[in-house]
Amino acid sequence: MDVEISLRVDGLEHRVLVDTRTTLLDTLRERLGVTSAKKGCDHGQCGACTVLVDGRRLNSCLALAVAHDGAEIVTAAGLEATPADGLHPLQRAFIEHDAFQCGYCTPGQVVSAVACIHEGHASDAATVHEWMSGNLCRCAAYPQIAAAVLDAAKKGDLA
Amino acid sequence: MNNFSYARPQSAPEAVKLGGVDATTFLAGGTELLNWMRLGISAPARVVDIGLVAEMRGIRKEGNSLWIGALTTLAQIEADLLVRKEAPVLAEACLRAASPQIRNRATLGGNVLQKTRCAYFRAEGQLPWPCNKREPGSGCAALEGAHERHAIFGWTDACVATQPSDPSVALSSLEATIAVVGQRKAREIPAAGFHLTQQEATRIAAARGREAQVETQLGAGELISAFRVPLGNSTRSAYVKVRERESYEYAAVSAAATIVIDAGRIQRVRIALGSVAQKPWRLVEAEHALIGKPLERAVLAAAIDASMRDARPLAHNQFKVRLAANTAVRAVEAAGKRT
Repeated sequence: MDVEISLRVDGLEHRVLVDTRTTLLDTLRERLGVTSAKKGCDHGQCGACTVLVDGRRLNSCLALAVAHDGAEIVTAAGLEATPADGLHPLQRAFIEHDAFQCGYCTPGQVVSAVACIHEGHASDAATVHEWMSGNLCRCAAYPQIAAAVLDAAKKGDLA
Repeated sequence: MNNFSYARPQSAPEAVKLGGVDATTFLAGGTELLNWMRLGISAPARVVDIGLVAEMRGIRKEGNSLWIGALTTLAQIEADLLVRKEAPVLAEACLRAASPQIRNRATLGGNVLQKTRCAYFRAEGQLPWPCNKREPGSGCAALEGAHERHAIFGWTDACVATQPSDPSVALSSLEATIAVVGQRKAREIPAAGFHLTQQEATRIAAARGREAQVETQLGAGELISAFRVPLGNSTRSAYVKVRERESYEYAAVSAAATIVIDAGRIQRVRIALGSVAQKPWRLVEAEHALIGKPLERAVLAAAIDASMRDARPLAHNQFKVRLAANTAVRAVEAAGKRT
């Protein structure tokens, strides 16, 4: 069964006809060409597909697109950039702290980190570890990721 | 995944009407249902998305109880000041479940209806091993297989799975009730008796000629609409979850406790264990034995150990008996320290 839905993704309006079985992740990647959100486990265990939906972080692999008709989606590629270097402060913090190796989990980590700070859960390393636990990094860059999140939270210049 | 039709009702009566048709599944947060459909655990022809039913969402005080709509997310419950003050055990159980992303989407109603994490059950497609939950009559691979994480109470040779929900354990210790709507009359089911052990399910099946793999009291087409938590006995309450990693992991065992203390003596205590049976397992004997006793570790341990005597561990999970007893002691102590 196909249903037409509208989504606002990284600031752009889309109308798209989706099969009811299609996840939000597959809609982003396969139908709209937005490949920032990654498919890791496709079971909600790794967090690589994390996006902001109406301001809240969630696993786009565990969401049916049809259930999010009219939603505002923000991926790591759509975070508001600083004009000087074209980067969001968290993207800059990840680079400065060398918070990745292969980079596959990074877009999900960055989106989750934006939410983690916004929720007020970036007070110290232990709190960041707990509230970033839904994002796995198989390269194990966890110490650098936590440092990047804390640094960005401290600077407080988040868009 | 099967093809399915999709409907999004705006009210509970409309949802119940749409849900009263065979091969229909309700969708709330979807964090469990999508994986069931991927694995072939569920293959509905119709999905009724209840996400827009506003009357089933929210938290409010109603008389001497707390009303929590079934669609309230775990994130909303863990952050709610009323829950944190009046029933901290429930806020803690929600906080320790899943990941922040999942808690933003997962609902309390869906959480208590999640299915076991048994690896023989949670596999994709046609299974190369027996599993009575997936293929009734085929047998139980876990009984003689890898069952370190499985039940120590209430199991039968047909199934040794546990119920993994954290909030369910808290709700049992709170003596909450679960409000259910359906084609028949609306009713309230005590949370402590909502889930069924394999032994209970077998008895019900024999009595009513029903499917032996039934796991809860919920009938066909019925929908959880809300939870009611009685207030007054649970400001001193706590949830302790023991797991192999610090965060984002299911419990090896967990324990929820609510306690009322007067002049250093226990007036009332409720203790529920998680991940030891297909339901939150209440230590009723200890609850009775501890009345009038001081809140001392040795006293708690003696009563709780005695209450665990009827545990029936499997070959590879005998450690869970000691672990569960110790976790229960810690939960009661933590609850008692609250002011």
